[in-house]
Amino acid sequence: MMEQKNKQVNEEILGMANNLKWELGMDTHDSIVSSLYADAAQIARKTVSMDGDRPSFSMERKIDKVVTSRMLGFPIMFVLLALVFWITISGANYPSGLLASLLVDTLHPLLKNAADSVMPWWLSGVFVDGAYLAMAWVIAVMLPPMAIFFPLFTLLEDLGYLPRVAFNMDSLFRKAGAHGKQALTMSMGFGCNAAGVIAARVIDSPRERLIAIITNNFSLCNGRWPTQILIATIFIGGMVTPFWAGIVSTGAVVGVAVLGIVFSLIVSWGLSKSVLKGEASTFSLELPPYRPPRILQTLYTSLIDRTLFVLWRAVVFAIPAGIVIWLVSNITIGDLSLAEHFIDWSNPFAVVFGLNGVILLAYIIAIPANEIVIPTILMLTVLVTGMAGVGEGSGVMFELDSISSTEGILREGGWTLLTGINLMLFSLLHNPCSTTIYTIYKETKSAKWTAVATFLPIVLGFVVCFFTAQLWYLFF
Amino acid sequence: MSSQPNCEKCPVHHKDNLVRLGINMEKMDYVVALAGNPNTGKSTVFNNLTGLRQHTGNWPGKTVGRAEGAFSYDDKRYKIVDLPGTYSLLSTSTDEEVARNFILFGRPDVTVIVADATRLERNLNLVLQILEITNRAILCLNLMDEAKRNHVEIDVRALSRELGIPVVPTSARKREGMSELVKMISEVASGQYVCKPHRTRNHSPQLKRAITKLSKKLLDTYPGLPNADWVALRLLEGDQSIIEALHNGSLGELVENETQIEV
Repeated sequence: MMEQKNKQVNEEILGMANNLKWELGMDTHDSIVSSLYADAAQIARKTVSMDGDRPSFSMERKIDKVVTSRMLGFPIMFVLLALVFWITISGANYPSGLLASLLVDTLHPLLKNAADSVMPWWLSGVFVDGAYLAMAWVIAVMLPPMAIFFPLFTLLEDLGYLPRVAFNMDSLFRKAGAHGKQALTMSMGFGCNAAGVIAARVIDSPRERLIAIITNNFSLCNGRWPTQILIATIFIGGMVTPFWAGIVSTGAVVGVAVLGIVFSLIVSWGLSKSVLKGEASTFSLELPPYRPPRILQTLYTSLIDRTLFVLWRAVVFAIPAGIVIWLVSNITIGDLSLAEHFIDWSNPFAVVFGLNGVILLAYIIAIPANEIVIPTILMLTVLVTGMAGVGEGSGVMFELDSISSTEGILREGGWTLLTGINLMLFSLLHNPCSTTIYTIYKETKSAKWTAVATFLPIVLGFVVCFFTAQLWYLFF
Repeated sequence: MSSQPNCEKCPVHHKDNLVRLGINMEKMDYVVALAGNPNTGKSTVFNNLTGLRQHTGNWPGKTVGRAEGAFSYDDKRYKIVDLPGTYSLLSTSTDEEVARNFILFGRPDVTVIVADATRLERNLNLVLQILEITNRAILCLNLMDEAKRNHVEIDVRALSRELGIPVVPTSARKREGMSELVKMISEVASGQYVCKPHRTRNHSPQLKRAITKLSKKLLDTYPGLPNADWVALRLLEGDQSIIEALHNGSLGELVENETQIEV
């Protein structure tokens, strides 16, 4: 009853407003806005004075002319990106080895001995060989590159460079039928896809917002940078002399990141020409002034907010994953463990795509978080190759002292350059992590679009890996 | 950092007055909204007041949802809501609606409008739009250090007189002017300082009559409606989101659950 009455009154109000609107004429909105602007201009005139020229503004304009120019805009972007990766890759190896020798070589045997004396073998297996080692691995492999990468990236952000990236990319996105602001959400995706998906709220049109949300996964995120950096260092950098290794592997990582941008554009174009048809809307993008970065605060926020946050998430997910890995490799059916059954069964299928069963199983175990893909792959590889030095039993993470010993393990597991390349491609093109999938659902409130955003990258990933592998088999 | 006066650097400075409460939001006395154009330093001001470290970045549109934090000053507890940055409150993107609904229906005790001192005229467009909605506002004239560097001078007292609200010059990145801002917030919240916000006088007589007529009708239906004149004006200019809110009855809900707006 009440509702019915309210509805009636509401329509009455609207009718009244409509009549009054006709009496007033059509330009009410325009006249209100223009009187507002006139007031603002008048107040500003009365209160603001500028003496002399504005030297630092003109300086900024000069810098902007260079970094957003047609000729130099993109090269400068790539060089800056490459510089960040190069510093990360060349700086992370030594501290990684140090952490690994401390957490894995020294601490693990101690813990294992202590645990064995108080609990049954399977319990100490689950906790010490599963959970603890997975955690130690994540810390040793991920902490150093993140502690270098995030502060550098945050510095670029603080300086005001990201809007210039968006400015450079804007025309490309518009040509793809997407919103220019997608360049901003894409840049945010380089940090975290879930954040990038939320950031798509800045786009007004629902059509363009959906495109931005679906394609955000093509921005390599925090969780995937370490995978890219590690695999590039081992397989791509390993092909050349040590002198060139850093530069070549940097090139490979930048290449994959750029490939992600290309896919983002292609998929946006495809969507806007098919299921999400429409014109690109215009917008104005403000280039903020360059601000001198606050070094100490940047270090603090990037270390606490990003590095530790991502690391914590990785550790939280790695502990149960470590337990799962230990279980699937110790529960046996017949004479083979569950993991070996799956790997043997999926290997023929995976080889067609230039991957292997280990990688597929790792991606299934690692659905909750991209961060633990590499540790999972390594644990599983050790398990199936039955390598020496794993005296404690199967499913135990090996003792890693540096990236070069990781290489040894992977090569013994039958990995080739193709496996490395395809893992990098698959790491770029696969489903978003569970957090991002949930965020997409929250933002779109549509199961259908969430499914599209989840499965589209996987399908693309298999297609791309398939063609890469077939080409490879053709030539080598 | 170096240009900070010694008093503010000293940890004793805020000891009895400003206590940063982070996200502890029990028993709040006042609600403060933080609005403004994108990239004017709202999040930096927010962090300075609450002691939280919401990620700040030098690019427009970084805050999309709304962040909440708290501080206490002179025994009163304040909840502070960091709204997404917008250029206006007139169009219909999600972030503009979040900001507008909160300022109108959330009825904050104080709305702090953070403006970029180097681009005051453009920022004033939003300031005036906010002043159409709320009676209790403070202009936080931020980035004064950049304005100085660019030889922009602003007559703060005249600006305050024109706008009818307190104006506090700040450089949030260097934490300058924060204690003045907090003091002002407490004065406006407690009613010690009474704002007389600038409202445009340029409306035609017909428009004024139409507003009065419509807002009376609105108030008959929704006695709790804050600032009915403003809602009437939006209806007269054909604001789609308000029309939609009447069509589906959500305006009534917004009036009732004033502070529980979902973002």
